[in-house]
Amino acid sequence: MENQEENQVESFDSAAAESVGQAEEPVNPPEPGTPEPAGERRGFIKFLCAFIGTLISAVPFGAGVWSYFDPLAKRNKGGGGGDGFVMVTTLDAIAADGSPAKFSVVADKVDAWNRFSNVSIGAVYLRLVDGVPKALHTVCPHLGCFVDYRPGNGDFFCPCHNSNFRLDGGIVDGVSPRAMDSLQIEVRNKTEVWVKFQNFRPGHSHPVPVS
Amino acid sequence: MKSLLDWLDHRTGIRRLTREALFENIPGGSRWRYVWGSTLTFTIFVQFVTGVFLWMGYSASSGDAWESVNYIQNEMIGGWLLRGIHHWTAQFMPVLLLLHLMQVVIDGAYKAPREVNYWFGVLLLLLVLALSLTGYLLPWDQKGFWATKVATNLINLVPFIGPEMQKLVIGGTEYGHHTLTRFFALHAGVLPGLLVLLIVGHVYLFRRHGITPAEPVAKRDAYFWPDQVFKDVVACLAVTVMVLGFVLWVHGAHLGSPADPSEPFSAARPDWYFLFLFQFLKLSVFAGENEVWGAIYIPGMFVGLICLMPFIGRWKLGHVFNVGIVFVFLGGAGALTYLAKQEDVAGPNSVTYLKGVLGDTRDAHRVTALAKGRGIETTALSLLKDDPKTQGARLFSQHCASCHRYDGHDGLAVELANAGTLDELKNRTGLTSRFFSGDAVHPDWLARKSGTQDEWQTVRSLLQAKTNGSFDVIASTKSKEDPSASDLKGFATRLWIRDLLTPDKFISARYFGGSTHKDGNMYKKFLNRKVRKYDEEEKKMLEAVVKALSAQAKLPSQAEDDKADAEEIKQGVEYLLDDISCIDCHAFGEPDPDADGPDLTGYGSRQWIIDFVKNPEHEKFYPDNNDRMPAFGVKKILTDDEIGLIADWLRDDYFEPVR
Repeated sequence: MENQEENQVESFDSAAAESVGQAEEPVNPPEPGTPEPAGERRGFIKFLCAFIGTLISAVPFGAGVWSYFDPLAKRNKGGGGGDGFVMVTTLDAIAADGSPAKFSVVADKVDAWNRFSNVSIGAVYLRLVDGVPKALHTVCPHLGCFVDYRPGNGDFFCPCHNSNFRLDGGIVDGVSPRAMDSLQIEVRNKTEVWVKFQNFRPGHSHPVPVS
Repeated sequence: MKSLLDWLDHRTGIRRLTREALFENIPGGSRWRYVWGSTLTFTIFVQFVTGVFLWMGYSASSGDAWESVNYIQNEMIGGWLLRGIHHWTAQFMPVLLLLHLMQVVIDGAYKAPREVNYWFGVLLLLLVLALSLTGYLLPWDQKGFWATKVATNLINLVPFIGPEMQKLVIGGTEYGHHTLTRFFALHAGVLPGLLVLLIVGHVYLFRRHGITPAEPVAKRDAYFWPDQVFKDVVACLAVTVMVLGFVLWVHGAHLGSPADPSEPFSAARPDWYFLFLFQFLKLSVFAGENEVWGAIYIPGMFVGLICLMPFIGRWKLGHVFNVGIVFVFLGGAGALTYLAKQEDVAGPNSVTYLKGVLGDTRDAHRVTALAKGRGIETTALSLLKDDPKTQGARLFSQHCASCHRYDGHDGLAVELANAGTLDELKNRTGLTSRFFSGDAVHPDWLARKSGTQDEWQTVRSLLQAKTNGSFDVIASTKSKEDPSASDLKGFATRLWIRDLLTPDKFISARYFGGSTHKDGNMYKKFLNRKVRKYDEEEKKMLEAVVKALSAQAKLPSQAEDDKADAEEIKQGVEYLLDDISCIDCHAFGEPDPDADGPDLTGYGSRQWIIDFVKNPEHEKFYPDNNDRMPAFGVKKILTDDEIGLIADWLRDDYFEPVR
């Protein structure tokens, strides 16, 4: 009888040891009527419990995590036509004095289950330099706030962390890691201004397109 | 490691907690019948995990709910698996609940001192059912929408405060955004919160009073760990395997077509475990004013009886009575569920039901394809509403099929792709002989397809002929009377015009056999008198006219053929004007006030069909000899948009996904 009790206690110790290190004597040991089965079998059952328990718990988590990673499998298709260029405005709409103005970029947009046609997908600053249009992204390369144009100061200013940019996008001062992102621009059919609109990752010293 | 655990134990007492959890004494040792509580806890855990992940993709508004669920099911990687596990686990929960309840009642585990714990269990059961009910609506498909509408309308019957309660539950008088936001908050917030609280109480009380041993206690006592834990995890594994089996079988979970308050849905049914209540309400004793008894009083009294079991069990025969009640309920609910199912597939209204199921499946496939191929600009429902393939057929069925046919049916034939053998078909859709031999199958269609009037034989032979291919069964219930106007399937295609210009076919039921045109000049003076006697050369000319006339329709499906046969078509136009001389009676190229047949300029084109349907009595068509066709546009029976949908549908001019 004594041996059996010892055996019992030892078995509990090893069980608890697996889960929390070391166990004390159980509070209410059962009254044993027959001897405990061999320790090896118990060990195997405990292993199976842990194994199956982990396996079945992993099923819902696995399915959840798998679908949670869905965005990583999706690519940014961008807006506009096949070449990524979007018609933004005409040359006549850009101020002749070289001051920049904000223009909305209107294109088709896929937003999860919705596919919108002709909606604003962002904005650009356009200005004329010697009659040639130049385009800058309106988003600050630092952390993505919308950069303001300040006509009084003749510069761009990010209201979030006070970065300051020249009209050509170059850094005056502040924390931005790079100049404002310039975008490819083309004049088609003599007056149409087309911009290759794309977003860039913030925080890099060089523009890296968001894919 | 040990010192870390010592530290943790000192600060939290985790060792004692674990020990208490694992070394629960089980009188008589571990048994398989004790696993139900653990499997339920496990399924609730699965629902919490999958539910939270589903939440990340779900949008609770009437314009986005179906769309987001469709995205989860069909676009998101692994979304089908996630949704499938959530759906199918929910299907297992009522079964596990019932098993748990039966075990508790049979073993007398509700008796003192465990009454409170028993009531906790009954509350948990009701909570899980409430979770099922609220979750059923969230995909916002026809099935969930109409079933929930029925369920929430029952709230109306609650004495005194019913209407106000219903308003609160659905967030207004109409079902919409607020119904979903409220149901979602209940489903994902309030009810799970209550569930957790009650489970904590349930488990605490269970541990306080210990397990009720199933008599007789033959074996020695044992601790919960590891033998009972092992049995529990094996049972949970079995549940997981079965759930995954269903998930893989249907690739996730079914999603019907988007909720549409304007479109009837004759297959509105609650989830299967509520079918007994659904069937219960069909009993004639609950007609009219008595419905509140079937819907609220009797189920309420039954739940009350379940709650009173601990007290009933104190009487001499109380326990036997309680066990009896459980089995009576089980038998009754089982019988009612069977009756409900049976009535759906073999009852007098089964055709209506099956039509609803098949129509919904067809719409669901269609809208999913549209969403994938064209994208959803506003809502998925508007995709269906603007889709000629869907709406054109519906409008045709409603407005045209009383005289016309479309491939022998009313336009709403349902295709069952890859149905396989008859048995497979029957099993797959729950169809029965009633469906085939009843008025669901259009005899015209069957006879024409197979040449026999015996419907069973027809279906059989069709199935045999197409064992490995696709097979279409129609769920149309339109009249069996002979059509009085032409069959418009393939209207203006070469095949259709070629048959039209074949004398015997012209006067058959497929064309003008049922109309006054069979006695008109077209047949008498042209087809019967001339075409019947055509020699080979003239037949060739007629074939060129067929192609030329068909080219007027500019059918997208024939664009390549028209391009390839441009020369012959050009020639055909000349024959039409000269040798065959259609212009004796028809206008072509320019208006002809003397013409007594329809203008052939642009024959079968979208505009031609629209103009014709708007007003067949217009001088371009049948100013004097129109046979019963209403002027759908002039009389404002159909709007211009609706006529356009019918025209596009007839011309097969609509989006089809690239296969």
